[in-house]
Amino acid sequence: MAKIRIATTSLAGCFGCHMSFLDLDERLVALADLVEFDRSPITDIEHCTNCDIGLIEGGVCNSENVHTLREFRKNCKILVAVGACAINGGLPAMRNFIPLEECLSEAYLDGIGVENPQIPSDPELPLLLDKVRPIHEVVKIDYFLPGCPPSADVFWAFLTDLLEGREPSLSYELVHYD
Amino acid sequence: MTKTITIDGNAIPFEDGQTIMDAATAAGVYIPHLCHHPEYTPHGSCKLCTVRVNGRVCSACTFPAAEGQDVLNNTKDLNDDRQKITQMLFVEGNHFCPSCEKTGNCQLQAVAYYLNMLDDHFPHFYAHREMDASHHDVLIDHNRCIFCTLCVRASQQKDGKDVFAISGRGINKHLIVNSKSGQLKDTDLEASDQAAHICPTGAILIKRTGYTVPIGERIYDHKQIDEVSLASEAEDHG
Ligand code: SF4
Ligand code: SF4
Ligand code: FES
Repeated sequence: MAKIRIATTSLAGCFGCHMSFLDLDERLVALADLVEFDRSPITDIEHCTNCDIGLIEGGVCNSENVHTLREFRKNCKILVAVGACAINGGLPAMRNFIPLEECLSEAYLDGIGVENPQIPSDPELPLLLDKVRPIHEVVKIDYFLPGCPPSADVFWAFLTDLLEGREPSLSYELVHYD
Repeated sequence: MTKTITIDGNAIPFEDGQTIMDAATAAGVYIPHLCHHPEYTPHGSCKLCTVRVNGRVCSACTFPAAEGQDVLNNTKDLNDDRQKITQMLFVEGNHFCPSCEKTGNCQLQAVAYYLNMLDDHFPHFYAHREMDASHHDVLIDHNRCIFCTLCVRASQQKDGKDVFAISGRGINKHLIVNSKSGQLKDTDLEASDQAAHICPTGAILIKRTGYTVPIGERIYDHKQIDEVSLASEAEDHG
């Protein structure tokens, strides 16, 4: 049987959800028999193609996030919002209540200990969005795994349900927002 | 002879004057609710307790129980509606649970867990809401207020004060406090007041008490809100 192709990425996230995924520990060995990784921090593949499952950590905070998210939607049959930030913007979205200009000046001009104050403007840098947004506001999302981060057991329950052809469901103990 | 209504096909006794919520809770049947508290006059605002009475949609916390009522409560359709209502509460406010002191002990969050709410579905408002940290012992975070008026009722009906009120309508609705400055520190609220402890969300918090209970031992870590709520409220409804 062909292996299931999984792509993963972190947008405006902290990689905590990816770390939690790695907490599957020895279960990763069992998983490796069934799945292979496409674009993901653990493969160095730059663009995803023809994947079965895309796992997205983080919300969208800049233009590059939007492009990446759209690429995932186009190339993954099932797209999954992983973690609080992908689902509601999470802690990065707490900047939504401060005008972007103020955020940038605090970080790069007026902040304590800033040397050589200037707002980074290299054309290679993606432009920031005025607000951090959850990913379901940009593309259609098929499943949501809440948690900050979702525990390894959440990933395991979800993936084994999918791989064994069941409709994924999370029990009470597995649903938490913190 | 005892009078009865049926809820999801089961006969539930009631006494005159009881609401459907009163009768259900006394009989050990959980109806999801946030603005209802057995010790206070019902308010009927959150609509979590929506049930069908002989086909008609009603709020169980305000609707009087009466002979001949056939009530639907724990059905997929009603719980789906309740989940949508809860999602609206989440996107109207700013609920970042990982940074909220109430997490794990929050009724809004626990109702969402009970309804297996995995996402917020709607676009977020990200409305700018202030905090009032002026009081020595009590903090208001307006980002998390769901306008249930429990603090308003507790202050008036239990504490014999009049510290809180809801002002404005629709999207401009907000909690206000009774002082010239508009600040909590200039009201007569004390940390021992019932109004300071009744909030079902993290909108009113007692300072210097956050995160004292470790994860795993918080109210809703292992127990669902139906069990917790019935254990504490069944007697009040007796
Ligand atoms: S009030 Fe409840 S739902 Fe809102 S952020 Fe705090 S824990 Fe989460
Ligand atoms: S502060 Fe709490 S108790 Fe008061 S109206 Fe808001 S949610 Fe209800
Ligand atoms: S509990 Fe009945 S409307 Fe809120």
